[in-house]
Amino acid sequence: MEHTHAATLHGHDAHDHDHAHHEHHQTFVQKYVFSQDHKVISRQFLITAVVMAVIAMMMSILFRLQLAWPGEKFAIFEILLGKKWGKDGILDPNAYLALVTIHGTIMVFFVLTGGLSGTFSNLLIPYQIGARDMASGFLNMLSYWFFFLSSVIMLSSLFIEDGPASGGWTVYPPLSALPEAIPGSKLGMTLWLTSMTLFVVSSLLGSLNYIVTVLNLRTKGMKMTRLPLTVWAFLITAILGVLSFPVLVSCVLLLIFDRSMGTSFYLSDIYIGGRPLEQVGGSPILFEHLFWFLGHPEVYIVILPAFGITSEIISTNARKPIFGYRAMVGSLIAIAFLSCIVWGHHMFMTGMNPFLGSVFVFTTLLIAIPSAVKAFNYLTTLWRGNIQYTPAMVFSIGLVSSFVTGGVTGIILADSTLDITIHDTYFVVGHFHIVMGVSAIFGMFAGVYHWFPKMFLRTMNKKLGYLHFWLTFIGAYGVFFPMHFLGLAGVPRRYYTNSNFPIFDNLVDMNVIITCSAILAAFAQMIFLINFFYSIFRGEKASQNPWRSNSLEWTTPMAHIHGNWPGALPEVHRWPYDYSKPGYEEDFVPQTVPLAPGEEDGGEH
Amino acid sequence: MILLYIVAFILLCIACNQLFKVFELSRDLRGEPLYKVTDSDNQFSGRTFLLFGIVFFGFFFWQLIEWGHKLLPKSASEHGEKIDALMNANWAIVITVFLVVNGLLFFFAWKYRGRKDHKASYISHNNKLEMIWTVIPAIALAFIIIFGLKYWNEIMKKGSDPNPVKIELYAKQFDWTARYAGKDNEFGIDNYLQISGANSVGLDTNDARCNDDILVKNEFHIPIGRDVEFQFRSRDVIHSALMPHFRAQMNCVPGQVTSFRFKPTITTVDMRKDPQVIRNIEEINALRAKRGDDPIEFDYLLLCNKVCGASHYNMQMKIVVESEADYNAWLAKQKTFKQVASK
Repeated sequence: MEHTHAATLHGHDAHDHDHAHHEHHQTFVQKYVFSQDHKVISRQFLITAVVMAVIAMMMSILFRLQLAWPGEKFAIFEILLGKKWGKDGILDPNAYLALVTIHGTIMVFFVLTGGLSGTFSNLLIPYQIGARDMASGFLNMLSYWFFFLSSVIMLSSLFIEDGPASGGWTVYPPLSALPEAIPGSKLGMTLWLTSMTLFVVSSLLGSLNYIVTVLNLRTKGMKMTRLPLTVWAFLITAILGVLSFPVLVSCVLLLIFDRSMGTSFYLSDIYIGGRPLEQVGGSPILFEHLFWFLGHPEVYIVILPAFGITSEIISTNARKPIFGYRAMVGSLIAIAFLSCIVWGHHMFMTGMNPFLGSVFVFTTLLIAIPSAVKAFNYLTTLWRGNIQYTPAMVFSIGLVSSFVTGGVTGIILADSTLDITIHDTYFVVGHFHIVMGVSAIFGMFAGVYHWFPKMFLRTMNKKLGYLHFWLTFIGAYGVFFPMHFLGLAGVPRRYYTNSNFPIFDNLVDMNVIITCSAILAAFAQMIFLINFFYSIFRGEKASQNPWRSNSLEWTTPMAHIHGNWPGALPEVHRWPYDYSKPGYEEDFVPQTVPLAPGEEDGGEH
Repeated sequence: MILLYIVAFILLCIACNQLFKVFELSRDLRGEPLYKVTDSDNQFSGRTFLLFGIVFFGFFFWQLIEWGHKLLPKSASEHGEKIDALMNANWAIVITVFLVVNGLLFFFAWKYRGRKDHKASYISHNNKLEMIWTVIPAIALAFIIIFGLKYWNEIMKKGSDPNPVKIELYAKQFDWTARYAGKDNEFGIDNYLQISGANSVGLDTNDARCNDDILVKNEFHIPIGRDVEFQFRSRDVIHSALMPHFRAQMNCVPGQVTSFRFKPTITTVDMRKDPQVIRNIEEINALRAKRGDDPIEFDYLLLCNKVCGASHYNMQMKIVVESEADYNAWLAKQKTFKQVASK
């Protein structure tokens, strides 16, 4: 009975018992390169994202050196950027803008979208819902390889003569449309647009796969109300991606037309390079609308998976059920819905009709309510818990702190009246780095430490994990907290140097603190990298369920086998958060344990 | 020399390798796996979180004390005073939330650190509590939204002054031009096809209203106590006119005219007497003296606040606020568009 049920769920099960033989026929290329196995694809995403993150982080150190000590000579500029961009150790202003732009692009899209969703949706969706693999292994493989191709194209733009795109990661036209306006808008911008289009293809293939898999391939007993919050978060993120990423393609496509085919979607009345342009009638504001229609949901595409991951980790390690499971799911859905109707808050100062601005103020501030619910529910989950401080847990608590600290300043920015003063200043930079950069990367680190045993069958070193966390935590606040003060002092973002304005001269000590903290945080990431790569090969072997957790991935054997479970798929009898339940000897009850007679399922209320 | 480095590097690698081997051997000999969290780990992390919380709050207050005076001085415009008042009210709410939630988080992190003989309470939900922390933020937000939008509507609506000072700020890579409407207090229309060396902002020479318009660079003056109605244009890419001391900002979008209005309330000379401004200027001049630069005086500034290219960081214009008489005298000295063009 059980077997036939499982078979109808997933085609793979028809040949359940052939798996052992099946595996040996794969060549190296099939197994590790063009693999269709979700576990391999997940690791491919992770390693690619780690490489991209290291590059983007190094870029940030370079421009931070410039901002703390403008005009000072640093040999490293010439060594890394060459004679053209770092002549005699002085950073070129165009190179500065290029570094800022590519740092933002890589971090937002390649690390926190591709890296975070790609790694953990792939790893955890099949594992936690009890499926053999993704609904379409082939599309899943394509998703990774489009991501890879798009990464390669983005990186290749660093090596061309005029340099990469440099109009900021938001690439507003006309700056990004006109090669006369900035060197980065020549070939570099073409490569940026190509790379992003491929990135969207990758994201869509992945997202559609995640949605179909969650909806169709849940094992017996895995009702939607018994899904771990990770899977809920990945599902909602994927839906959000499918709704908003295609708009970015249309936005990018129109820009390509304007750049190469003489259309005027975004251009009008422009005189540049000593001549008037023919284009009339377009509006750069149209670009901003289209861009932020993706751009705002995008920040939630980044943060929601991190929420899912930490919900799971905090509950596991507090040894307590997640507080308010339904409210957690509800707030995920509410945040995702609201995130689609707030994009105008990036545009209060564009000359947009003030009434329209009012509407966006209202919708934006509403997001604070589900966000507050999340923060309070995390707190209550910790309350009267028995907290086990694994490295994953310290990062999860770090996420709650940074999400609150960065979230509250969002209330200031969302108020269009206050935005008049602080729009596009360092206040914004501080806000979004803490609330989405630091929080999301903490979620990603937490996930890596927690599910490392499932990815590489080993564990990472605990003590180095603590060291990594504390240095990163201190460094991150040291970088982004003072930025609020810079912003309130009126310093605009994306300035090559602040000392051209004598009125900002006495803010230099803030910039020095920020840069020193950034170097400290970068050093902490070296510790992580050593720990990560060392542990892949020689880390301590993990037991099957090292964190004594309830969800299904920990019932799979400690080997990477095709189809995840050697025999029949497990059957689910309860929600995943029965920690420290009265009446049980152990402080965890896996989802596969049948309910005792008369016992209520924790999620049913 | 290089050979020496290579040898040193190889030796280092060997040493590390040996170290790791010893570590791995000792690790594998232990009974308990190393990744398992012990009570002393929990003790350490819990205490460090509590300590971190204290230091973090200390850092926050240190910044407030140390850097508070470096923030923008009091607003030099009428509506800006409202913005500042609203900002402070919002800060009161926001800082409270920040301190309370972070404080609870770090306290719980320490208080509920794991112990072997201890078991967590099984609490999965509490509808009453959840209702409370949905409703309280909702009420706080209602206040924030109502006051925010009230001020927003007041600031953005058209001014009551029937005869405001009209100034156009024209942005291009990488400088500003200010245009005054002249005697007729009306701007002539513009046409970007007519842009040339002598007609840098592209005024339409067929429009007679252009003739008395006045174009100035480097600095522009505004009279205290009068409504100033700004319109903004751009020649090439998006710029943004930020006048931080007046709490004023608006993007300059090619192909489009945007606007903003404010009433200056403090002259440049009076602002130079503000204690906070004096303190900052003293600090700045001390730094400048160390570098051998000339001392500066305080001035209001117009900055570009939307990335616009390589010299984005250097796109500034001085603003002078003065009495209406001084302003009129200054304006009378400026050449009109016709005078400049006919030269």
